[in-house]
Amino acid sequence: MALSEAQSVGAEPGRPERSGVELSGAEIVVQALADEGVEFVFGYPGGAVLHIYDAVFRQESVKHILVRHEQGASHAADGYARATGKCGVCLVTSGPGATNAVTGIATAYMDSIPMVILTGQVPTPVIGSDAFQEVDTVGITRPCVKHNFLVKDVRDLAVTIRKAFYIATSGRPGPVVVDIPKDVTDPNIKIPYDYPRDVKMRSYNPVLKGHPGQIRKAVDLILEAKRPVFYTGGGVVLGEASGQLTDLVRATGFPVTSTLMGLGAYPMTDPQFIGMLGMHGTYEANMAMHETDVLIAIGARFDDRVTGKIEHFCPHAKIIHVDVDPSSISKNVKVHVPIVGQVANVLADMLKLYRELAPRSEEQPVSDWWAKIAEWRGVDCLQYDRSSAAIKPQFAVETLYKVTGGDLYLTSDVGQHQMFAAQFYPFDKPRRWINSGGLGTMGFGLPAAMGVQLAFPDAQVACISGEASILMCIQELATCLQYGLPVKVILLNNGYMGMVRQWQEFFYESRYSNSYVDALPDFVKLAESFGHVGMRVDRPADLEAAMTEAFAMKNRLVFMDVIVDPTENVYPMIAAGKGHHEMHLAPSLSDRELA
Amino acid sequence: MRHIIAVLLENEAGALSRVAGLFSARGYNIESLTVAPTDDPTLSRMTLVTTGNDDVVEQIKKQLNKLIDTVKLLDLSEGPHIEREMMMIKVRAERQDREEIKRLTEIFRAKIIDVTDTSYVIELTGASKKLDAFIGAVPEGLIVEVVRSGPTGISRGEKGLTV
Ligand SMILES: Cc1cc2nc3c(=O)[nH]c(=O)nc-3n(C[C@H](O)[C@H](O)[C@H](O)COP(=O)(O)OP(=O)(O)OC[C@H]3O[C@@H](n4cnc5c(N)ncnc54)[C@H](O)[C@@H]3O)c2cc1C
Ligand SMILES: Cc1ncc(C[n+]2csc(CCOP(=O)(O)OP(=O)(O)O)c2C)c(N)n1
Ligand SMILES: [Mg+2]
Repeated sequence: MALSEAQSVGAEPGRPERSGVELSGAEIVVQALADEGVEFVFGYPGGAVLHIYDAVFRQESVKHILVRHEQGASHAADGYARATGKCGVCLVTSGPGATNAVTGIATAYMDSIPMVILTGQVPTPVIGSDAFQEVDTVGITRPCVKHNFLVKDVRDLAVTIRKAFYIATSGRPGPVVVDIPKDVTDPNIKIPYDYPRDVKMRSYNPVLKGHPGQIRKAVDLILEAKRPVFYTGGGVVLGEASGQLTDLVRATGFPVTSTLMGLGAYPMTDPQFIGMLGMHGTYEANMAMHETDVLIAIGARFDDRVTGKIEHFCPHAKIIHVDVDPSSISKNVKVHVPIVGQVANVLADMLKLYRELAPRSEEQPVSDWWAKIAEWRGVDCLQYDRSSAAIKPQFAVETLYKVTGGDLYLTSDVGQHQMFAAQFYPFDKPRRWINSGGLGTMGFGLPAAMGVQLAFPDAQVACISGEASILMCIQELATCLQYGLPVKVILLNNGYMGMVRQWQEFFYESRYSNSYVDALPDFVKLAESFGHVGMRVDRPADLEAAMTEAFAMKNRLVFMDVIVDPTENVYPMIAAGKGHHEMHLAPSLSDRELA
Repeated sequence: MRHIIAVLLENEAGALSRVAGLFSARGYNIESLTVAPTDDPTLSRMTLVTTGNDDVVEQIKKQLNKLIDTVKLLDLSEGPHIEREMMMIKVRAERQDREEIKRLTEIFRAKIIDVTDTSYVIELTGASKKLDAFIGAVPEGLIVEVVRSGPTGISRGEKGLTV
């Protein structure tokens, strides 16, 4: 179900709804999930949710996936949501179950991912008495959810769950926690069940259409632009607007850059795509940002990793900003033409008007501007040493692209490997690149890949990781075995917390304080001990064949320990407090630094 | 600049802590915050006073509006409005101070609502500035305790902040 539809349609049609029957709170929870069309619940049992687990046991429509740590549950549900556009669902117990899930909830919150997290709570009569496994889940999660609820009465359960799904999936999506005390799920108290198809909330009415007057202003600016750039973000993916974006970009003939979160919404192999922007963006994208006269920001939130120093941000530009969340607009950077609305609707309206107003002409629009961009592209900012005897991480990603033919769901952990993947794996479709951008959560990649693989059992799914990140949720290898999830783990093993080491090299005179990952396990044996296939590759010449072999094992999880150059850095790089025109380039280009 | 913002909230458990949490998490100034139910028991009305430049106040209003429990919001400072705050102040009142304070109370149209041989409790309602002025006028050293409600406000004219 597309997000935009979710707002009006309510529960997915066509599902057997058990209206009118008498159900216990526990049964209501499970039946409500079924009525929402939920396929998978990622969870871990415990005292406060035992009634619910018993109801899970006695039905078949909702499949429960038993993770090995509640952080894994929240990341797996998140990965599922990012890959499918549907709402991810978790079920965890009170106390430590809930706190373990918090990292995954905050991760989803920062990247605006629709999720519903059901947490058990101690029985209502003992709330506030420091009861066994009691934490104030609503209080702990308040700052990292879109909304949360504590359900104190079984009669409120169904409607609260419906509201949770509605809030999570509409407007700017986000995680919603529903905290359920144990007595509310008492199997002996049954009430008539009716799942509300629609919810109306007077306090919550997300905007759908953009204001026509503002759209007109935006198109007028677009028509006058000499050096325009589309700056697109995760909102295009979240709002299912990839098609509308592509149409508008092609119609205008303008260059397009994307944030880390928007990669794939516009095909990255297309010549109008000038690479990612920001801290580790391409030279051409960042220079274009610096020189642009009309910036068209679509579903992007002017994050500090993107803007660099605000005073230097797009100094010559009039800025158009399309976003469904008014609080994203003019939060960090003041914009000239704000447009609040669903990105798909606004882009479609903009294109329609643009087609009406644009003069017909054969010549390429803004051709001087493209000539300038071609010069910047000529710098070849992503070059690296291709003759290296050690495997370069960039080469590993390029090989991954070659072997998978670009047809891959790639999840990532956090660090240099994440940036190399973003720079060297061109995604041509949205929802294929799945990573934690806002929170930057190490440990995200493997559980997220489980969620993706469950959603698309026949698709190629890989997790790119680092030897430090992977250990943060390594226990999920067991989950992968239990459910037969043939994820390919591509471990770019540089022996360091590479991203930390890089900052220490640049900004702390190479004092590598605690960034060397000592006492690493033998990852091949580790994978094998979990019942999977392990492989180690340390020569560039062997990599392609090994990867091909790994991906040929369609039904096995293969853990590839790829030993890469420990000294490689991610370039270009904009240091904190610098502007887009002040990039560090690779050493081989350093004579051209600060062009 | 100082802004006084009125918010209608769903009268749900936790709504107040969402607002308080928002201000602390985002580092916004909050000078005062009052909240109470309205004639409609499903709604509470909150009045908060904050300071910040235009951009910050704009963000504060957007963030408040974004809270799922927020039904409606009005920045009273944007139009003609009336502000009232209530104060109760306990002062030491002995010998010649008793007369002095009584006179002050009359000048400010305040009320003495509790009397002992040595003290008064005075109630005063008005704009926050008037309350400040009263405190300033009480002779040095006589104030025992001050309790203020924080300002509440309502717009002038026939239009109301309702659902
Ligand atoms: C190690 C590391 C390095 C990084 N380096 C970079 C970098 O070099 N470059 C980079 O770009 N990022 C980088 N990031 C990521 C960065 O931290 C931010 O997560 C990212 O830039 C935010 O992307 P976004 O602006 O697309 O926002 P998102 O977080 O994707 O937000 C989406 C925006 O779209 C809006 N929206 C959502 N749905 C809709 C809809 N349906 N219609 C309209 N609007 C909608 C939302 O309100 C929001 O404003 C890095 C992260 C890490 C961990
Ligand atoms: C949970 C968590 N803790 C700490 C960090 C800070 N951090 C960012 S990148 C990084 C190093 C990652 O190392 P590795 O996984 O080996 O990846 P590499 O950079 O070497 O590719 C660290 C510690 C983080 N992002 N997340
Ligand atoms: Mg590493």
